[in-house]
Amino acid sequence: MLLEAADLAIDLPAPEGSRRVVDRISFSLNEGESLGVVGESGSGKTMTALALMGLTPEGARVRGSIRFEGRELVGLKEEAMAELRGDRIAMIFQEPMTALNPLRGVGAQVAEPLMLHRGLAKHEARERAVRLLERVGLAEPERAARSYPFALSGGERQRAMIAMAIGCGPRLVIADEPTTALDVTVQARILALIDGLKSESKMAVLLVSHDLAVITGHCDRVVVMYAGVIMEMGPVEAVLREPRNPYTLALLEARPRPGAPRGARLKTIPGSPPAQLKRREGCPFAGRCALTIDICWTTPPPEVAFGLNHVSRCHRARELGKAR
Amino acid sequence: MSRFRPRGDLSLWLGGALVATLIAAAALSLVWTPYPPAAIDIPHKLAPPSAAHWFGTDNLGRDVASQILAGSRISILVGVIAVGIGLAFGVVLGLVAAFSKGMVEDGIMKTSDFVFAFPALLTAIMLTSTFGPGVVNAIIAIGVYNVPIIAKLTRATANGVLSREYALAARAAGRGPVAIAVDHVLPNIAPALIVQATIQFAIAILAEAALSYLGLGAQPPETSWGKMLADAQNVLYNAPRLALYPGIAIALSVLGLNLLGDGLRDALDPKLKARS
Repeated sequence: MLLEAADLAIDLPAPEGSRRVVDRISFSLNEGESLGVVGESGSGKTMTALALMGLTPEGARVRGSIRFEGRELVGLKEEAMAELRGDRIAMIFQEPMTALNPLRGVGAQVAEPLMLHRGLAKHEARERAVRLLERVGLAEPERAARSYPFALSGGERQRAMIAMAIGCGPRLVIADEPTTALDVTVQARILALIDGLKSESKMAVLLVSHDLAVITGHCDRVVVMYAGVIMEMGPVEAVLREPRNPYTLALLEARPRPGAPRGARLKTIPGSPPAQLKRREGCPFAGRCALTIDICWTTPPPEVAFGLNHVSRCHRARELGKAR
Repeated sequence: MSRFRPRGDLSLWLGGALVATLIAAAALSLVWTPYPPAAIDIPHKLAPPSAAHWFGTDNLGRDVASQILAGSRISILVGVIAVGIGLAFGVVLGLVAAFSKGMVEDGIMKTSDFVFAFPALLTAIMLTSTFGPGVVNAIIAIGVYNVPIIAKLTRATANGVLSREYALAARAAGRGPVAIAVDHVLPNIAPALIVQATIQFAIAILAEAALSYLGLGAQPPETSWGKMLADAQNVLYNAPRLALYPGIAIALSVLGLNLLGDGLRDALDPKLKARS
């Protein structure tokens, strides 16, 4: 087991005290495996990713346990965490425009982790950076290394970000919406690149996205999050073929479908995610769910297991399976 | 308002030209002045402008043109060192505040507010009356006043940079606060600091003139524009022009620096230009 999060809870400071944005979630990730995390905005997926890096915002309280390579990360000293970051665990950010410093050359930024963690001299790191830029598929790596971020296209910048992340051969790469800011065609190529790097170097990938289509083709397992809670988790094919949770079902139905009749309206989920994440009774999705029954309002749904590693948090999970 | 402001590049060039003249005058005075600036020549006192004395002589017969040239030296000296003190301490304190948060940040910012609450001149008068008048103490006093201004600016702009994703990305790469401060924060806040430093330079020149006018800055035989103003006051009714020359020199220097600051701001930060 490479990574194991158990009862992970994150509280952010808020005017009324604190807000629980991630509520006792547990998941794990094996060497070389890729795990997708989907959910709407505010479902806690980004905060979970930041917690794995130890980069939660000022004042956030992280509870529970995150074990990485057998080491407990929650409560780890900042210096020890900084040694892991960029070396054993790396992160690819959403917005390649803002995630690269506009005033530094691309090559220097890619070389940075190599000098820091591998102790390479400047020129060595520089050469490695050019090779990394080549490896992530930049056509003219020498030129790209000399360029400033503004001179590269969005896709090229994201490739440079990926080169920066994989430089030290991390065991886990966290990609937080790595393609959201890109065109669909570029998006496909970037995801293929991440897949390729994953199988080459056996690194694990945690892919955070709000886009089920992105998760589908590129992950082994998927975690569906809603309001800081894991609603459903399991192998991608199982979850997509036989969703055992009304929320997953609603997300699947809200996808645009090629070949849908003209003028057909896109299905949406009524309402919006709960803004106040107070300690609640019942199911967080109860207010928006089509299948809500009385018990949903009063009792938190239990975890129901289906087959291998497929679990759903819903009172009506078993009925849902039968109905389809 | 904005309609009547000179265009960015115009203020940059005009300001740059005035500041360059100031620097050239100071450099020239190091090697040559028409007369020794402190040479007293009572028989020719209060002479009107002539070929021999371009700006005339003062009540002790000293050549005014030579004094103006020599005075620019003190102005630049005060500006450079006082702004240097402000930058050296202010940037470090501001960065520490931005990175540390909590108690340390509160401590630094509250202290800055406290120092900032006293008017610059009051601080300077307090310090020079405690440690004695003189150019060195005036410089230190003006420098101390600059520290909180630069510290506040540094903290505010550094916080802006730290909230950007590339600062987070640098942390995700495992970089420590010092490396992030030097490589990521400083280059990105440099434009704001340069502009503010220019403005503080102008304020320092004014403050030095005021202190010297009050007798707390340059002491005889040193020459300073502020001291020239004070000397001219005694003969204001006989020779009002004596107050005019240092006054114009001060005004043009301050104007030049302010224009340069404005122009630099527009040139370095297009976003600020759109707002003004």
